[in-house]
Order: sequence, then structure tokens, then C-alpha cells
Amino acid sequence: MTTSTQSIFSFLPPSLQSLATKMTSLHFVVTTLFVATLYVSFCNLVFEPGSALHVSTYTVTLLGKYLCYALLALSVDLVWGYCGILSLGHGAFFALGGYAMGMYLMRQIGDRGVYGNPELPDFMVFLNWDSLPWYWAGSDSFIWMAVMVVLIPGLLAYVFGSMAFKSRVSGVYLSIMTQAMTYALLLAFFRNEMGFGGNNGLTDFKDILGFSLQSDTTRIVLFIITAVMLAIGYAISHYIVKSKMGRVVTAIRDSESRVRFVGYKPENYKVWIFVVSGVLAGIAGALYVPQVGIINPGEFSPLNSIEMVIWVAIGGRGTLYGAIIGALVVSYAKTRFTAIMPEAWLFALGGLFVLVTLFLPKGLAGLAPQLIAKFKRSDSAKAADTADTKSEVKS
Amino acid sequence: MLRICCLLLCMLLPCNSFAESTASNPELTSAISKLPKNSLRELPKLIETIEATESPKIKTILTSLLNGDLYYIRANKQVVRVVKNTEGLYDQWHILTDEQYPAVTKSKLKKIRTNNSIRGQIKSVLALLDLSHKDPSVRLEAVKRILDNPDKESTARLKKRLAKESDEAVTQTIQVAISVAALKFGSLEEQIAAVSVLAESLEPAANNVLSRTKESLTEKTAELAEGETLSAQEKTLQTAVNKALDKIEQKRDIYSFAENLFFGISLGSVLLLAAIGLAITFGVMGVINMAHGEMMMLGAYTTYVIQQMFPELINYSLFMAIPAAFLVSGLVGILIERGVIRYLKGRPLETLLATFGISLILQQLVRTIFSPLNRQVQAPDWMSGSLEINPIFSLTYNRLYIIIFSLAVFFALMLILKKTPLGLHVRAVAQNREMARALSIKSDWVDAITFGLGSGIAGIAGVVLSQLTNVGPNLGQSYIIDSFLVVVFGGVGNLWGTLVAAMSLGSMNKFLEPLTGSVLANIIVLVGLVLFIQKRPKGLFPQKGRSAD
Amino acid sequence: MIATTGTTTPPKQGSPILAEENINPDTRHGVILYVEDVSVSFDGFKALNDLNLYINDGELRCLIGANGAGKTTLMDVITGKTRPDVGKVSFGQQVDLLSLSEAEIARAGIGRKFQKPTVFENLTVFENLELSLAGDKGIITSLFHKLSSEQKDRIAEILKTIGLTPQEKQLAGALSHGQKQWLEIGMLLAAQPRLLLVDEPVAGMTAQETERTAELLTSLAGEHSVVVVEHDMAFVRSIARKVTVLHQGSVLAEGSMSEIQSNPDVIQVYLGEEQG
Repeated sequence: MTTSTQSIFSFLPPSLQSLATKMTSLHFVVTTLFVATLYVSFCNLVFEPGSALHVSTYTVTLLGKYLCYALLALSVDLVWGYCGILSLGHGAFFALGGYAMGMYLMRQIGDRGVYGNPELPDFMVFLNWDSLPWYWAGSDSFIWMAVMVVLIPGLLAYVFGSMAFKSRVSGVYLSIMTQAMTYALLLAFFRNEMGFGGNNGLTDFKDILGFSLQSDTTRIVLFIITAVMLAIGYAISHYIVKSKMGRVVTAIRDSESRVRFVGYKPENYKVWIFVVSGVLAGIAGALYVPQVGIINPGEFSPLNSIEMVIWVAIGGRGTLYGAIIGALVVSYAKTRFTAIMPEAWLFALGGLFVLVTLFLPKGLAGLAPQLIAKFKRSDSAKAADTADTKSEVKS
Repeated sequence: MLRICCLLLCMLLPCNSFAESTASNPELTSAISKLPKNSLRELPKLIETIEATESPKIKTILTSLLNGDLYYIRANKQVVRVVKNTEGLYDQWHILTDEQYPAVTKSKLKKIRTNNSIRGQIKSVLALLDLSHKDPSVRLEAVKRILDNPDKESTARLKKRLAKESDEAVTQTIQVAISVAALKFGSLEEQIAAVSVLAESLEPAANNVLSRTKESLTEKTAELAEGETLSAQEKTLQTAVNKALDKIEQKRDIYSFAENLFFGISLGSVLLLAAIGLAITFGVMGVINMAHGEMMMLGAYTTYVIQQMFPELINYSLFMAIPAAFLVSGLVGILIERGVIRYLKGRPLETLLATFGISLILQQLVRTIFSPLNRQVQAPDWMSGSLEINPIFSLTYNRLYIIIFSLAVFFALMLILKKTPLGLHVRAVAQNREMARALSIKSDWVDAITFGLGSGIAGIAGVVLSQLTNVGPNLGQSYIIDSFLVVVFGGVGNLWGTLVAAMSLGSMNKFLEPLTGSVLANIIVLVGLVLFIQKRPKGLFPQKGRSAD
Repeated sequence: MIATTGTTTPPKQGSPILAEENINPDTRHGVILYVEDVSVSFDGFKALNDLNLYINDGELRCLIGANGAGKTTLMDVITGKTRPDVGKVSFGQQVDLLSLSEAEIARAGIGRKFQKPTVFENLTVFENLELSLAGDKGIITSLFHKLSSEQKDRIAEILKTIGLTPQEKQLAGALSHGQKQWLEIGMLLAAQPRLLLVDEPVAGMTAQETERTAELLTSLAGEHSVVVVEHDMAFVRSIARKVTVLHQGSVLAEGSMSEIQSNPDVIQVYLGEEQG
């Protein structure tokens, strides 16, 4: 690892070289994020539209969305890549975080809704409700809802995790159960009686903390906050993974029963890593909603959750930066594909599932070392080949 | 019912000659000639006149009038029966002579108008006509039409008929109808007698008339001045009515339970069909196939294609579709096993992801070929209709056949696994792959065949599903979670467990549905299952032993 | 759950994430493991049949028996992997093992080496040992854990003992079969258990390594109690002081190697087969 980094940075002056080799993946990711965010924000705000260097607000929002996905991918990787828990229901945590934020944004509309009711969101007026349901209490306070963004997904993860892991449900069973969980939530949130806007979900947001969601500045700020949260999320995950806890978790992935005989309680570790992951996913959802302007039950659909898994699979599970790369690459591909030929996207996605599991078990992050190794081998093989041909020619 | 009338109409037509109807029935001819000039107010009377002629033509005339097919030609006031043809013109026949006139546009014609009460009158006249029909089922239908609203006239005719009636079901229904009339119009003694007959009947009409009597008695009590009470006979009637209503209510509860159970079991059979394929691939091979739902979808589309290819053979197309769907899904299954799954042996999570990818590809493939819209698969005639046990409880044939069919598939599969060499090999490989291979069983081949078998059965499930819902690309998706839960609930590797699990889940769902609505019932069952699996991860009937760990 | 009759350190109940349960076996009677009247059956097959076994504190005991005699099932019962249908298993006088989970049993001081070497293949040799070290195994501790210099010394010492110092940074998955065996023994040492259960430790080892293992196990006895399951009779002879023969789920004979060898029952069912 160190040697390859050295060789990569060999073009740099010695002082920078030593700095580069000391950099861990954490520093690298955070620095890249920082530079990219700075660049995008600067280009959006300073250069006029039409200038070659201008980055449109649309692009900024799109990038913000990708960063939310990256944070989400990080949370999936934490449980799947490191702990071997394949969750097919992480969309549930994401959506719950999103709904918590959506509720706050709904209340920010105030009397500007179609029905002009200062208390009730439009859909409640439409359903002839005369007061807010109890669980909407406090939804006009940003602080309270920010707490909910963390608390609700965390609580769900804790309850689900403790039940599942304590009774030693694992492997495919667990995956299907997580899928059933998000499916049940999907059905539930489709119901108007749930009080979350039913089919249409929550939308038509106007302001966040008094700033208009339509303004460029708000969007840039949201983008920057997302980048910062991603960096923090990355740092937290990095710390966990590199701590002894991370090693216990990896050990659980490889041989859960052995961990038990060493004296650790794998179920506790699994529950807590699941909770951390659920909370990260919830935060990603909360950041996602103000940027895309809508949250509806579709976010709970099992297909969404499984798409997150493919981000991680393609990026490379078990490496945190791999998850981020995967989320960015696949989301970008999806944006391009659905714009050019929407039909082909599901073919491509399905194909990716099959190809990655068959040929790229370590994902893109594992591809680079593999390719380098192959390249070296084929180099030497080529050398041998040429030597052979030369000798043939001579003879 | 309309169809039956039309059918009868066609049967009746040839035997009515022009000469007979005009010659023997001058009253009818004159009544018909009055039709165009008539106002709605005088129409009932005219209908009575027509009825009184007792001509065999009455039925055709009144049915046409009821269906709004009776017109008169503006120019000559001739009354005609019309049918709109494919060119948008109106084919017309003289109502009495059945002579066909050239087709005309609508503007040349004028419809003879009716209203609701006249249509009611026509219906009861028609019903009375059918009372002496030679087919008992037609007579039964006729009595039932009278049942809701019998008047004195029809009651008298029913009584006349009762003396001649030989069919038991018809006799019983006539008695109920007479009792309904008695309770409505009769003296107190007659009413009390009628209640005891009605208490035994499950006809909704009996229940209605009893509740109405109860209400009127209650009103009467309320209107009584202080100190006054109902007469002794009225009191007897009141208690009798209350008892009768209780009795009917009890019976209705029993039958509504039976109905829920029937719906539950029929849903259970669908779940069973969907799940047994999975029980084989997952339970026996340990391979989780997320594309299982899409195997069902392929089966459903196969049914659709076969119906499109042989549109004239709708009644037989299901028999072609079952083997075809088995082959199509089975072959696709074998392809998937050979192409992907065998390289992922022992990596269940990867298998899950790869097969999920395959399911996406198959869905999109179907969308590209057949369009993303739902396709309608027609039901053959023998699947429609229902087996009527009593007036409030009937078993629809399509559900009945599906229950029988899925049980048949289940037992056939059991037989294959337990009694054939293939089954022996499959079980051997499932239990100990190495050992089986050492005994020169080709485990690769067995895997492919097992997977094909599981997928093929999913295809058959698709044929069945095509009879229940629309066929669309997402058909299978909604079943994969359910089927998986059924398999796990029943205990992996245990086909009997799958049967019990499917039936109990289906019933649970249907019993919850009236209480909570279908979506909430679905959620409750889902959450309940998840909790159950967390309590007993090995299901209802776990496999025991050292090898299980 | 745990009787506190006169124990010097009363066991305390801890929260799962914050602190560690600390359970010490009461061995004042000189016996560290009681297995009494234990029966286990799988689908009608009696793997253990009314088995009684007592291991003294500091003893080195060998368990022998034909395949299916119940050796591994006995290990499973002691370590909490399998729950017996009936019977009593206690660690020292007071710690009822049947009410504890696998992890709690391990923390109480019972270490196990599996028949098939199981190490954490995606961790380095060093990390494998680090995870096995005795100490608090709660989550919070793990999250903020830093190795102390004593712990590092201890790991270095163990690495030397098991001869894997050069492979310290290698992934355990890359080790040879014999090296994995050693690593697993090392993991046992790191855990400093009161009772070691060792299942076929010398399978796949060279003669030289076998000799070293024998030395190691003998040296461990005294401070620790050791139960060894082994098929290799030469190995058993070289280390055994007391041997227990299992047959069809219960104890057939118990005594020194020479006593066992002259026991007619044993000759018939086990040694007899091997010699003949």
C-alpha cells in the first residue's frame, strides 16, 4: 500500500511526497470533498451563467443529491461491508429521516398552502382533519425535528436490530426481513390515515429556517452542509472501522460463532453498528428532502433499498471510499441513462448486479489493485513473449 | 340474466309464425298499435292488456321494452325491435311478424320510453311468465325475482303454482315468497305463521321483511298512549320476529365465517402455488432466487400469448398454458442456474443480489416486448359463475378450481420428491452434496433440474395468477416477499410446513380484512410474521438435528 | 442465577455495553468443572447419555473415544453451543453454565479451540490475538480501546511462544493449516482462561510441532485446567496423566493411561479396535 502510494506521488516534490504518503484515506476523502465543494460553490456564485466556468444551480442540487446518496451508501457499507449484514431495507431509515425533515418543511409553509390554513398542511385540510395528529407535535421546531431525524431511524434500527440479532436471525433471512420491514412501511405510508400525506407524500415546500428553498444561496448552503455531513459521517465511520470495535465487527462478519467463544456478544455489536448506520441513513434522508423538494412513500420501496446495495457492491464493499465512489458513479450513470434512454436503465442496473457479483466481488475499489497486478503480470508475460519471438526469429 | 333472456328469445323465435300471432290475437295487435301514441301514465295499463292476451309473443315484446330495444318507425308508427349493427345503423324487425326491414339511421326511429316503476312492473310480469317454464332453474329465478316485492296478484299465482310444483328448491322459495307477502299484507295469525317459515330462510328478502315488521312494531309501541299495550297477538308476533331475526343472524355469522375461510383458503392456495417453487429452490437447494416472482410473471405472460395465438380456443387455452408456462419458466430457470447461480454456490447474499439483477432484467424485457401496460387475460367460461350453497353463501368456481389445482400441484410435487429417482437424487444432494457426488449422482445436473422444477412451478402459479389479476411486468414482484415469508414461516425444507403456512397466512389475512381493511391487514400479517420469525427463526416445523446447525 | 455463597468476589451484573460481567468460579473443592447427568439427543439419537464428568482445578485431562462417542457434543454443551435436554453443568461450584450465553461462558474463563481451526481470516495475526486478550469486551470499551504496553508485550510473548512473530502483520487467512492451529492456541493463551477445551490440537501438525504442542499443553496445566480431545494415541500417551474414555455418550472408563489400556471394556470397544 505504502509503496504504491509512494510511486504514485513520485512526481511531487519530496516534501509533498512525504505528506502524501502520510495521508490516510480519511484525509484524502475529506480533502477531496473540501476542494470539490469549494470549487463548485465558488463557480456557482462568482461566475455568471454563460461563462464556461459557471456551475448551474441545477448541477449544484444534483451534486447535493449525489452526496446524500454517498452518505447513504456509507451507512449501507458500514453494516454490509464490515459486519456482513445485508440490509435490503435501508431505504426505510433514509425515508424516515426524510419524512421527519419533510414534516418540518411542511409546517414552514404556514398559511401559504392552497387552503391557507396556518396550522394544518394542505392534505390534512383535504381529509377534513381539524387538528394535527399527536405525532406532528413540535414539528414546527427545527431543533426538535433535527432530533427526530436521528432518533426515529435510530430507534427503528435499535428495535428491529435487537429483535433480529438477539434471536440470531442472519444471512438471507435477515435480508428478507429487512425488505419486509421497508415493504410494510411502504404500505403503511401509502395510507392517508397515517397522516403523512398518503400517496403524494410531503411536497410544495417553501422555506427552511426562513430561507427560501428556491434561492441559489440556500441551495449552495444546503450543498455545503451535505458535504460537511458526509465528511463527518465518513470520519465517524472511519474511526469506528479502525477502532477495536471495527476489528470485532469484521471478525463477526467472518465467523460470528467464533467471536462468541472469544467472549464478545456479537448481537450487541451488530445492534449498535446497525443503529449507527440507520442514523447516518436518516441524516442522509433529511438532507435529501429539502434539496429535491419532495418525500413520498416511494422512497420506502424495496427497489430503492436494493439500489443502495448495488452502489456499495459496485464501489467495493468493505472500503468506505469505495461506497462513496459507487454511489456517485451509479447515480451519475442513472441520471445520464434515464435522460438518454430510460428503457435501458433497468437493463443496465440488472446487468450490473449480475456482472458485479460474478466478476467484481470487491467492486471498483478492488479493481485498481487487481488491474495493477494483472498489468504487471501481462507486462512480464509480454516481455517473455517478445523474448520468445525474438529467439524464434533468430532460429 | 340478460343473457339468459336473450338466449330464450332466440329459442322462441322460430316457432312463432306471423299468421298465428296476428290471426289469433287481434287484442295484441291493437295493443301494440297503441304503443307509439301512449304516454308513460297509460303504459302500465297497456302492459296489463298485453299480458292478458297470453300470446307467446309477450315475452319478446316485454323483454325488448325492458332492455330499451323497442322502437317505432316515425313514418308509419310501426313498432319494431332493433339491434345496432357494426356500421352504426339499426337493424329492425317487426315486433309481431318478425319481418326484417332494411337497416336505418337512428333519426328515423323513436324509442318507446319506460321508467323505473314500469320496468319493475315488466320484470314481475316476465317473472310470472317464467313461473310455468319447464326448466326448474328458470322457475327458481322467476320466484326469486318476485321475492323482493310480491303483490297480491303474484302471490295468488304463486299459490296456484305451488300446488303443481314438483321441484323442492322452487317449492321452498315459493313458500318463502308467499310468507313474505303474508307478513306484509296478511292478518296477525297469518303473519305469525309466516314468521316461522321466514326464520328458516336465508333469502335477503326474508331478513328485510322481518326487520321491517320489527321496526313497524317498535313504532307502534312508541305511538301508544300511556297505559295502552300491544295486543297479546301483536306481542307474540314481536317475540317471534325477534327470535327469527336472531336465528337468521346466527346462521349468517356462520356462513360469513365460512365465506372468510373460503376466501382465506383460496388466497392461501395462491400463496402456496407461489411459495412451493421457492420452497424447492430455497428449501432444498438453499438458493434464494429473487427472480422467482418473475418466473410467475413469465408464466402469466405465456398464458396471455397463448390466448392471443388461439383466440377461438379460450376455453381450452388454460390447459395449453399450464404445460407451456411450466416449460418456459423452467427453461429460463435452468438458464439462470447454469449461467449465474452455479458460480455463486455457497455465497447466499451474492446469489440474492445477482438474482435480483436478473429479476430487473426480466421485468424490463417484458416491458420492452409487451409494453409496460397491464394485459388482460380472459377467463374461460367454465371458470366463471359460482356454486350456490344457499342465498348468502356461494363458492365462485374460479377460486374453487384454484384451490383444487394448487393442492393437486402440491401433492404431485410431493410424489415427485418422495417416489421418483429424481426426487431421491434431489434429496440426496440437498442433504450431503459430497456424499451424493461420491455415489456418482451428477450434482450439477440435479441442481439445474431442481431449479428448473422450482421455476416451472412458479410459471404454473403465474397461469393461475393471470386468472385473478391483470398481467403486468410487476406481477411477480409483489409476491416474492410473501412467498419467502411463507417458506420461512413453515420451516425451510419442509413442504408440509409450507402448505400449513400458506393456508394459515391466507386465512389470517382474510379474517383481518373486514376488521381493518386490506392494506392494514397486509401490514399486520407482515409485521406479525417478522415478529414470529424473530422468535422462531426456524419456522413452525423446524428441521432438527446436528446437521441443522 | 448465580449463588453467592461465600465467594470472595461476588459476581456483579453489568450493562451489556458499559461494563463487563465478572464471574469467578468457586473452586474451593478443587473441582473446576462439574458435568452431571447430562443427556443430549438429536432426533432420537442420544449424543450424550447420562454423562458425568468432573475436572479438577489445574488438571490436564484427555478425552478419547470413537467417532460419535460424544466428545464434540460435550464440548458444545460446556461452551453453551448446545443446550442439554437434562443435566447440570457448572463451572466451579456456583456458576451454572446452562444459564449463560456462549459469550458469558467465554468471559467466565472457559476457552475453546475448535476441531477445524477457526481464526478470523480477514484480520492479521496480531489483531486475532488482540481480540482474544482477556479484558472488557463491551462495545464502548472496544470503541475507545488503546493497547497498553503490557498488552503489547503479552501479545509479543504469545507470538514468540506460538512461533508466528514473523507473520505478525499477515492476514490470518493466508496462514498454513498448522500455523492456523498455532494461532488458535495463541488466541486461547491470550484469553487466559481458567479452563481450556482443546479439540484435536495436533491434527495437521508435523511431528516436531506435535512435540511442541505437547510441551505447551503440559506447561499450561497447573495454572490452568486443560481438557484435550485427541485421536492421536501417541500424543495422548505423551501428555496424559488422567484419561477419560467416552463411549456412546457416556463415560466408559477413567484413570491413568496404563489403567485405561488394561481395562477390558476399553480394549474391547476402542483400543482393541485400534490395535487389532
